[in-house]
Amino acid sequence: MTTGLRYVYAVCRPFGTPLQAQLRGVGGAPPALLHHHGLVAVVSTVPEADFCESALKAHLEDLDWLATTARAHQGVVDALTTVTTPLPLRLATVFRDDSAVRMMIEAREEDFRGLLDRLHGRVEWGVKVYLEPEPAEPEPAEAARPASGRDYLRRRRLQSHAQEEKWQRAERFAHSLHERLAERAEDVRMHPPQNSALSGTPGQNVLNAAYLVSRAHSEEFVELVDRTKDEAPGIRVELTGPWAAYSFSGEASGAEPAVGSGEGR
Amino acid sequence: MTVVERREIALVDLLDRLLAGGVVITGDITLRIADVDLVRIDLNALISSVNAQVPSPFEELL
Repeated sequence: MTTGLRYVYAVCRPFGTPLQAQLRGVGGAPPALLHHHGLVAVVSTVPEADFCESALKAHLEDLDWLATTARAHQGVVDALTTVTTPLPLRLATVFRDDSAVRMMIEAREEDFRGLLDRLHGRVEWGVKVYLEPEPAEPEPAEAARPASGRDYLRRRRLQSHAQEEKWQRAERFAHSLHERLAERAEDVRMHPPQNSALSGTPGQNVLNAAYLVSRAHSEEFVELVDRTKDEAPGIRVELTGPWAAYSFSGEASGAEPAVGSGEGR
Repeated sequence: MTVVERREIALVDLLDRLLAGGVVITGDITLRIADVDLVRIDLNALISSVNAQVPSPFEELL
C-alpha cells in the first residue's frame, strides 16, 4: 500500500470561514483542517516518495522543485491569511500521519498559543533597498584617453571613490528609512541582502528587512514606504506583502529588540 | 486589505521566509531539513547553479 505523509502548512486558532474549495496544496492535494486541543493544523497529504528524508534533501537542491513547493506552501498560507492569522511553519514540515501531527500540537501547544497571541491581527511587510546599477557610461572620447599609466590609475581611483560614496549614501538612506519604519512596526527582522544573480533583480541589495505591522496600521506603513520611493536618486525601494508573519514565527522571535531606539526605554 | 498591487512574488523573497522563517518543528521526517545550516548550503548550491545558467546581468548592458 502506498502511504502518504502529512505536510503541515500552518497552525491557527479555529476560524469560521471555510477555505476555498479549489485551493490546492503541495503536490496538488487539497488542504484539510485538523482540529486538536483548540488549535487547528492545516495539513495535506503528500507522497512519501517525495518527502522522505533522502528525497527531500535531493529535492531541496532542485530549484524548480523548490519553487513549485514554495509557491504551493505560500498559496495555502496566503489563503489562510485572508481568513485568520496563521502561524506559518517552515517549508517541508512533514509527519507520518494525523496522530503524529496531534502529538506535535500537544508538545508545542504553549508555544503556539503564545505566538498566535503575539501575531494576532498582524501581518509582515518586506522592504528592500537597492543601489541602482550604474547607467552605462559613454566611452570617453579619444582625447580623454589616459596619457600615461599614472593618469589611468588616477582615473581608476576617482571612479572607485565615487562608487564608495554611492554605497555610503545608499547605506545611510537604508538606515534612516529602516529607523522610520521600525518606529511604526511592532517588530523587525533583518534578512541577509539578496544575491542579485539569484533574485534576477538589478542593483545591489543594501537592505532586506521584514516589519511586523498590525493590519490597522498597514495602510499608513505602506504609504510611508511609498513616499520614500522618490526621496533619493539612484536608490530603489521595493515593498512586498502583506505576508503571513513568517519572519516572526521562528524560535528567535522576540529575542532581539527592534532596531531604531527612539522609544525612550 | 491589500494596498499593494499583487505582482508575482519573487522566489527569493519567498525563500527568505519559507527557508529561514516559519516555526521550526522537528517533524518525523524533517529532522535535518529544519537545520538552517543545511538550507544555507543548499541555497549556495542554488546560487552557483543559477550563476552557471544565467549570464551576468552586466553583460546585457554591453
